[in-house]
Amino acid sequence: MTEFEPTILAFCCNWCSYAGADLAGVSRLQMPPNVHIVRVMCSASVKPEYAIKAISQGIDGVLVLGCHIGDCHYMTGNHRTAKRFPVVQKLLEDVGIDKTRLRLDWVSAAEGEKFQKVVTEFVEDVKRLGPNPLKEVRF
Amino acid sequence: MARTGVFICHCGHNIASIVAVEEVVKFARTLPGVVVADHNLYSCSEEGLSAIKTSIKQNNLDRVVVAACTPRTHEPLFRKICEEAGINKYLFEFVNIREHCSWIHAKEPGPATEKAKRLVAMGVSKAALLEPQAETESSVTPTAVVIGGGLAGLTAAASLVAQDIDTHLVEQEGEIGGHLSRVSVLAPEFDESRKLLDSLMSGLAGSEKAHIHLRSKLKDVHGFVGNFEVTIDEHGKELKIPAGAILVATGAQEFQPVGEYGFGELQGTITQLDLEKMLSEGKAPNRTVFIQCVGSRQPGREYCSRICCNTSLKNALRILDLNPKAAVTIIHRDIMSYGTAWEELYRRASERGVRFLRYALANPTKVTRKDGSLLVEVYDETLAERINVEADVVVLATPMVSRENSGDVSKMLKVPRDKYGFFLEAHVKLRPVEFATDGVFICGSARWPSSAKEVMCQALAAAAKAAIPIKRGKVIIEAITAWADPDKCAACGNCVTACPYEAVEIATQDGKQIAKVNDAQCKGCGACVAACPNDAMQQRGFTTRQLGAMIDSLVKNALEAEQ
Repeated sequence: MTEFEPTILAFCCNWCSYAGADLAGVSRLQMPPNVHIVRVMCSASVKPEYAIKAISQGIDGVLVLGCHIGDCHYMTGNHRTAKRFPVVQKLLEDVGIDKTRLRLDWVSAAEGEKFQKVVTEFVEDVKRLGPNPLKEVRF
Repeated sequence: MARTGVFICHCGHNIASIVAVEEVVKFARTLPGVVVADHNLYSCSEEGLSAIKTSIKQNNLDRVVVAACTPRTHEPLFRKICEEAGINKYLFEFVNIREHCSWIHAKEPGPATEKAKRLVAMGVSKAALLEPQAETESSVTPTAVVIGGGLAGLTAAASLVAQDIDTHLVEQEGEIGGHLSRVSVLAPEFDESRKLLDSLMSGLAGSEKAHIHLRSKLKDVHGFVGNFEVTIDEHGKELKIPAGAILVATGAQEFQPVGEYGFGELQGTITQLDLEKMLSEGKAPNRTVFIQCVGSRQPGREYCSRICCNTSLKNALRILDLNPKAAVTIIHRDIMSYGTAWEELYRRASERGVRFLRYALANPTKVTRKDGSLLVEVYDETLAERINVEADVVVLATPMVSRENSGDVSKMLKVPRDKYGFFLEAHVKLRPVEFATDGVFICGSARWPSSAKEVMCQALAAAAKAAIPIKRGKVIIEAITAWADPDKCAACGNCVTACPYEAVEIATQDGKQIAKVNDAQCKGCGACVAACPNDAMQQRGFTTRQLGAMIDSLVKNALEAEQ
């Protein structure tokens, strides 16, 4: 049997984490090809519904990456993200989904290496968890 | 149904050597709404752009997807092409398969190709739901802030002031000039740096447009292009400066090679700046040895600092001018005297008897003190033998390294640096001296070690670019603002609380209370969208349907393929 390759969705804010991902690319930092980035303007615009929609349809993990607290391009957007996603994690836990399938982290535009680290770690973590159990339910 | 055209870029080898581009093109043709899919060697080249334009017209496209590099640098270019071909520029979607795919999965061409397909499919599914948008404008504060008062900052400030723009020059030291005031002549022309400094200062001193802040540090930056608020600490006093544009000209510093070649222990081992001081006092040693690449082009600091070879050539010639009988030896790994003027300097130095010895990193040079003078033991690679050179002064040509506080500047302005701490511009060829963040510019050695002439070119370029929004007096606001669907809005006011800009209010429309967004105040963060419990709040270009379609697309293409 081939090794389980998780499918991961990432939301990156335009100003910090998307730029951090670009920097990782420019710096040719290698990482596993499981993560698919959706660009949003601010992590505060990421609806909990997006993560729930993805995970309920069988996506193995969701990353939400914003600017570091205090560095938000929109001043306090990421404060909302920081409060919102632990609640979504709790929700996942309540319905029997491992909450670590959803990870919130901060990557600045200057942190290509941090982006690489977060992606590599998260892919490893999700691999350890195995396939999303909801995948079976979906089809 | 949308009529979508998909264009996949090879980016020369950058994408195509990893991602099987033609396979992605074939896949794209199978996606819903795609009427044409093609590939270009360089989509952003004249040829690539005209191919896209022609295809839009020929195939009557109403959606365009380009899979190439990053929207942070190239989106405006492709949007412009869409506009030129007669379709609204907001009907364009960018897919990043270079920074986010080929470059970071260089050893996995198969999985990288599959990922590129999924990313393209996500882009196509979003594109189908895009809608045409109209842009709004915002005013620009006609003021520039230049951080750093060295040659770069001074040149930029003088240029801005000459264009009649209010300019604040922020310098952390007690006087203006930076390295320029520590170097007496500038090669290759051997001009006196004092004269250059004076002429730049005279442009500023007499003008009421120039505001110089000494012993001042950047403290905080808020806002956007055209409407920044820069807070500085001017020797203890806080000052807020509203500004339209910001220029970073913080320079670099000379690496201090503590512990190397006896630096700091053996009397007579000095750096280039120490030598500059000696020469400016008219002192030229009888026997001088320059050692190049001290602390650079070696593990940990791999880069070539570019200016050290030329500086050594210049100073070797100055020593000989002051003291014609002096013996000068330059111990180097390669002489990097790039360009005609510098090469000429190398030729002149050779003609005047400067001795060049080539060493390799594997056979390090040793400096010791013996009988009152310094002894330099070097293994000459060309002769393949050990040579001893006696010296009164050993000059360690060290690289320029990034300023210790460049990290603070990077954080405050949210602009990136490379692994050595030098600032990274948006794109070296397409958007030089600009950061990806609009309205923030970079010039001089803060970007990369540069000669005085290069610093001045960059500073003039940065000043010219910074003047564009200021002179125009307005900036176009991207149509990524929010709006509320009146049929869904229950006027709960969550969006009002969520908005950091007070751009949303509850207003009465057709006898019904709904949330209303003021476009001029909305900065397009989308905080209100996530706060809305009714899915009434939407952000242009990032609607919940568009992002939902991207998620569905990933589910379909990644998971169903697994089944």
